[in-house]
Formats: sequence, C-alpha cells, structure tokens
Amino acid sequence: MAHAHESNTKRIWIVFGILSVITLVEVYLGIIKPEALHLHGPGTSWLNWIFIILTLAKAYGIAWVFMHLEGEKKWFRRSIVWTAVFLISYLITLLLIEGGYLYDTLSPLVKW
Amino acid sequence: MEANIAVPTEKKETWDGGNARPFGASYGKMMMWFFIVSDALTFTGFLAAYGLTRFKFIDSWPIADEVFTHVPFVHGEFPMIYVAIMTFILIFSSVTMVLAVDAGHQMKKNKVAWYMFATIIGGIIFVGSQAWEWNTFIKGSYGAVKTTEGKVLQFVKDGKQIALADFVTGPKTDAIEEHSRKNGLWFQSGEPVATYSVAQVINAYNANPQIQVRTELMDLERKQKTILSREEGSIQLAKTKMVVEGANLKANEYGNTVFADFFFFITGFHGFHVLSGIIINIIIFFNVILGTYEKRGHYEMVEKVGLYWHFVDLVWVFVFTFFYLV
Repeated sequence: MAHAHESNTKRIWIVFGILSVITLVEVYLGIIKPEALHLHGPGTSWLNWIFIILTLAKAYGIAWVFMHLEGEKKWFRRSIVWTAVFLISYLITLLLIEGGYLYDTLSPLVKW
Repeated sequence: MEANIAVPTEKKETWDGGNARPFGASYGKMMMWFFIVSDALTFTGFLAAYGLTRFKFIDSWPIADEVFTHVPFVHGEFPMIYVAIMTFILIFSSVTMVLAVDAGHQMKKNKVAWYMFATIIGGIIFVGSQAWEWNTFIKGSYGAVKTTEGKVLQFVKDGKQIALADFVTGPKTDAIEEHSRKNGLWFQSGEPVATYSVAQVINAYNANPQIQVRTELMDLERKQKTILSREEGSIQLAKTKMVVEGANLKANEYGNTVFADFFFFITGFHGFHVLSGIIINIIIFFNVILGTYEKRGHYEMVEKVGLYWHFVDLVWVFVFTFFYLV
C-alpha cells in the first residue's frame, strides 16, 4: 500500500487497452487461422503457442496491475505466484504427458 | 496456559488476526489471496483433466469453431464472436472494479458506489450471456446420429454441415412418443424423444445423393473432420443407435460425450464463481452506500472483493483460451 493515495486511473486504462488488443488479436487469429501457423509447429501448432503466450501475458496484466501484485511485498508476491506457478506447471506437464500416452496406447484399438 | 497463546486473548480481534501484518498485508487480504491460490489450483485441476482427455482423444475432439458459432439476434455463423464479446464484458467489469478500488483509496464514496454498480451490471450481463450460450449448446443446431460404437455421425452437403431438419422428410416411422404426464403416468415423465427416428434419417440419406456423412475422426494434417463417401457413409449409418439433438451429459451432437461434460462442468463452475462474485459485490455495494467503509476509515473491503472479481476474470481468460481458441 505504498502508493495508497495516488490515482492510477490512466495506467488502468492503458492496461485495459493492452488486454483488449490482445483479445482482439486472439479472436482474429482464431477466426482466420492462417494455414502456416495452424498446421505446423513444435509439439502443437504455432497458433496454439501464440494463444498460450498471449494468455499468459493477459494473466500477467490482470494479476500485476488489476490485482495489484506489483505493490505487494516481494516475498508475499512470491508466496502466491511461485506456489501457483510451480504446482500448476507440474500438474499440467504430468497430465499432458499421460494424455499423450493414453492416445498412443488406445487409439490403435479404435476402428474408424 | 499463557505460553501456548501467541496473542493475549482480550486484545485479539480474531477476524483481523490481531495486529500482526505479515508482509505488510492485512489478515483479510492475505486470506483472500490464499483462497485465490487454492481456487486457482482447483480450476487447474479441471483444466488439466480437460487437457488430458483432449490429448487422449486428440484425433477426434470436436472443433470449437464449429460448435460455438451463434450470436444472439443474428442469423448465420460467426465463430467465436460472441465469446469474444463476453470476454470483453468481463475484462471491462474488471476495469470498473479496479477503478472502484482506486476511488476507495481516495475516499470518494460516490465514485466507489458508481464503479461497483457498473461492475455488478457487467457481471450480470456476463452470466446472462453464459446462460444463453448454455441454452444454445443444449438445444443444438444441426442434430446428428450416434452409432452403437458410441461415435457421432454428422451430415454435410457440399462440405458444409447440414441440419437434420433440412433434409429429413417423410413420416416418423417408429411411432415412439414422448412419455409426458399427459399421456402416461401422471406423476412422472420420461426421457425426451428425438424429433426424427433412426430409420427416417437413414431413408432420407438414401434418398438424397448430395448428403454425406462426416465422422469425428480428424485429419491431423489438415485439421478437419473426415467426410465419408456415400458407400462408407451407408455402412456407418447402418450402425446407428439413436438420433442426438443438442447436448446433455450422456450424449451430444458435437462429438465426444466427455466434451459436453467438460463444457458444462468447467464453464458452469466458472459461472457459479461469477454468480457468487455478483452477490458479494452487491453486498459490498450496499455497504458502500450505507457509509460503512467511510466510517471505518478505509475501503479495504472493496479491495478484497476486487481481488476475487479479478480472479474470476483471470480464470475466464484461461477458459476462453483452452476451450474456444486452442
């Protein structure tokens, strides 16, 4: 609460503008789906990587400015962000690997 | 006794955690953050399970653009437009919320009240939109059939999906009627019965050579569903078990059953969060109007519900990406 009494209105609107532009870009790409990005890429398509990175950028904007994490004490912030980020990355990694394994094992058994 | 108690009981204000302010954060704010972290992990569990299931069925998962194509009051197909609008509404209500917090820091009661009001309205519009989205999803727009192997077959004409209503004609041959209170036992009603019978759909398919069958199987090179030839289509259709219209927890016309289950569960759980957020916001809104925080000398309560509200927005950002975009 270091800057408890100064107004951040301008900054808030700037962040809103950035979040809106990111959303617009996402929706635009999602509708046109350029073939070069949609059909190629490492692991998943380039398009999906773009979506994931833009989403993380949006999450950063919301957490840092709207939820005011930037103004909290360093280790308070870390106790929140690190806990969540480590656990979430761990869970996602394991489950997606397992999902890929299930596909490799089960899909040959499905007749289309 | 005294050795076991950190803070003397008579001075302790339980809900403020005494006067301790670890990391310079108040007890309430810290607990809100810890709740948010645990809730974030709950949502992660759902989305990770969704990811696992999607990877498991990577070659037959429904394509979101083909499922969510409707916009209220407008005819035609506009993939994603409506969800994008919903996303904007939620981000905007996040902005009014953070403006309310900002006004609270400057002790401007009226401004806080107006911004809270705008936030509540935004939330209500969002929940309403979600209800509309659910309704459209449950009703469905094309209809499909399900085989004994549990596969969903859709119908296309010139490569574009076509509704059952657009090509199925002739009499409904199976004479099955829906069991309602009027024609059956007065104290119960049965499962809804599809508009068309299986035989009727197959007859219409045979009568119309332009109609083709589309399976769930994805051509991973082109990222499109496979369209069968007329003969292959006939073979698949012979295995038809039921006609599916719209979606429920057991079957849906979009494809994999678990797709609709995840849709209902994840967007439903998020919608429930938005709903509780609206209710909490309304309570705080009235407290602001009554001057509770003016008397207390600070608007930290607005900040705390603000955190929750932003969190709901944060979750939506991820749901939007992983359900509609990726």
